[in-house]
Amino acid sequence: MTSLPTIDHDYQEQADLADKHAETGEEHADHRMFGLATFLVADGMTFAGFFVAYLTFRAVNPLLPDAVYELELPLPTLNTVLLLVSSATFHRAGQALKRNQSGQCQRWLFITAGLGLAFLTSQMVEYFTLPFGLTDNLYASTFYAVTGFHGLHVTLGTIMILIVWWQSRSPGGRVTSENHFPLEAAELYWHFVDGIWVILFIIFYLL
Amino acid sequence: MTVAISPPSKKQSDGLQPTGWLRYFSFSLDHKVIGLQYLVCGFIFYLIGGVLGGAIRIELASPIADFMARDVYNQVLTLHGTVMIFLWIVPVVNGAFGNYLIPFYVGARDMAFPRLNAVAFWMIPPAGLLLISSYFITGAAQSGWTAYPPLSITTPAAGQILWILSVLLLGGSSIFGGINFIATILKLRQPGLKLMQLPMYCWAMLGTSILVVLSTPVLAGTLVLLSFDIVAHTGFFNPSLGGNAVVYQHLFWFYSHPAVYIMVLPAFGLVSEILPVHCRKPLFGYTSMVYSIMTIVLLGLVVWAHHMFTSGTPPWMRLFFTIATSFIAVPTGIKFFNWLATLWGGRISLNSAVLFSCGFIVNFVLGGITGVALAQVPFDIHVHDTYFVVAHFHYIVYGGSVFVIFASIYHWYPKFTGRMLNESLGRFHFLITFIGFNLCFAPQHWLGLNGMPRRVAEYDPQFTVINQISSVGALLMAISTLPFLWNVVQSALSGPIAGDNPWKALTPEWLTSSPPPVENWSGKAPLVTEPYGYGVPEEPLNLEKTSNIDSDLGSKSE
Repeated sequence: MTSLPTIDHDYQEQADLADKHAETGEEHADHRMFGLATFLVADGMTFAGFFVAYLTFRAVNPLLPDAVYELELPLPTLNTVLLLVSSATFHRAGQALKRNQSGQCQRWLFITAGLGLAFLTSQMVEYFTLPFGLTDNLYASTFYAVTGFHGLHVTLGTIMILIVWWQSRSPGGRVTSENHFPLEAAELYWHFVDGIWVILFIIFYLL
Repeated sequence: MTVAISPPSKKQSDGLQPTGWLRYFSFSLDHKVIGLQYLVCGFIFYLIGGVLGGAIRIELASPIADFMARDVYNQVLTLHGTVMIFLWIVPVVNGAFGNYLIPFYVGARDMAFPRLNAVAFWMIPPAGLLLISSYFITGAAQSGWTAYPPLSITTPAAGQILWILSVLLLGGSSIFGGINFIATILKLRQPGLKLMQLPMYCWAMLGTSILVVLSTPVLAGTLVLLSFDIVAHTGFFNPSLGGNAVVYQHLFWFYSHPAVYIMVLPAFGLVSEILPVHCRKPLFGYTSMVYSIMTIVLLGLVVWAHHMFTSGTPPWMRLFFTIATSFIAVPTGIKFFNWLATLWGGRISLNSAVLFSCGFIVNFVLGGITGVALAQVPFDIHVHDTYFVVAHFHYIVYGGSVFVIFASIYHWYPKFTGRMLNESLGRFHFLITFIGFNLCFAPQHWLGLNGMPRRVAEYDPQFTVINQISSVGALLMAISTLPFLWNVVQSALSGPIAGDNPWKALTPEWLTSSPPPVENWSGKAPLVTEPYGYGVPEEPLNLEKTSNIDSDLGSKSE
């Protein structure tokens, strides 16, 4: 093995140069929000696939003459309002945490979780009152699969909010004005789920 | 197995991570350990997939189904495709080399999310076991790796469901990996290192990870709907229940065409790392290489329906997808000529890594030419679902990706283990792999052009001789694994010590000990802004000087 003095020399020089640039590179900055955002892009693509499949079905596959597929508007409109309001209340919770008003933050979180549960309840009511079932026809199957997949997201989000709410209750807990990652992550996820619902509402109920 | 006895480190002294060989069986967070876990795990599945492929070639050595029953043949070809794609090539070109190299290349101590990284790897062995065990428990899926309905709905359900579960797990692992690579490349670069100074493999992995994140979730969603069709008897893709099987094909190929680039773009990146080192020349056309990769990523997302020219695709769609597909030949051609220009006039060491890289270039250009041919609708309709497609596909993924995997193992083995591989065995390995591969797959072009359909256990007796030639090639490929395995095991135990930088390379993974310490560099991470600074481009030609290796290396200082 021949020795490579030039490399070692440069190596040291470059290391010193890197040193001069900043110390921050050594200790990890927090990239978790970036990672979560990338994941949500992926998650959004799943929904995009479902939406495109549904629109293609609508365009290409006519509903069989005796098939029943009718949606009522009032309940889903209420659901849309519930989710949009919950996005606003979650935002208020985040603002309160940044101002270090823990009590305010907990109250808004609690309201948000309540709105999420209200959405899920209302969705269940809709499921049980609809005149068609999962396997009745193509549109019905797609409707249940996609709203169900979204409902799963709302369920997970509500659980997340409750966990964040629980953790923010103790003063030295994991969610504080210094460590607001759990709250911010849940908030970004919740806004994403709300955005998906708006698109879903337009495609499935209004079109 | 040789394993680094790493010096006690400040960062990892908490004692939670095992050391020694045990860490390769642990939930280790070290990107180098995870990379090797991917590599060895992938190679085991390569052997399994190889046995399955061998079984197919034995069956096809005679025109009647005498080696196995026809439904077993269907299971074997399904498992062969799924194992080779999802458990060997995708995890190895992305997971193995990506995890090992990317943190070095960006000057980081580890990936952005080490725990997510370990989770992503440990999803693979259970998924693989699920897939393989389905053969023994319920009978494996029989509808090919594409799982087209109505075939996948009408064949036995249990095996198909296990197949779907397994692919969902592997897709999840792939998405987690992709997120990690994107975050590591974009966010963890050391200060002062610009994007356009990164080694080419980083760009390849960035492009690949974008494809993974955008397209894999669509496959996951589609397979969930397919499982509803099988289990709950919904009718998404079942025409007899009012569904639409072509929608499945669209959604499936929206992932599975980019999947070809997920398998081959990282291989492009790896070759771009290997060639400059062994030719002692800078990588030709760095900027054009970067733009080519990103163009392939963009175009790769909008060409999927060229797999569906016979699926009742409307004429405007055929026209669009033919043109888009043909356009991909442009960036690919640019990369191809860049590699040739890198080799041109270099002082090439014809070692195993370079031989496999050149083998890749030859095979890939052949696969590329048949690819452009297949993009043309009239030709595609003629050879659709024949052995021509099988030949084309294997020229891309075996002649392309697998050759590069071997080249990369020969190139980075000294870094992985601290020992050199045996060169003679390596060249012998290359020789019989190259001959065996071409003997196996070149005749299949002829078979396909003359109308032998794919995925059948029985065929017209006029094809017997050509099929037997192909089977002999497969036998050679099987034999070629033996010198490689012997070489890898033998060299790990008693190969010559490699030293830190046996190839005198300039990329950051070589500027540390072999194998590297847990924290990658014992001191500060080196800032390598010119990873391909071989040769003396700015000075007038001086033959005496360029023949001196030390002055070559010295020239990279600025």
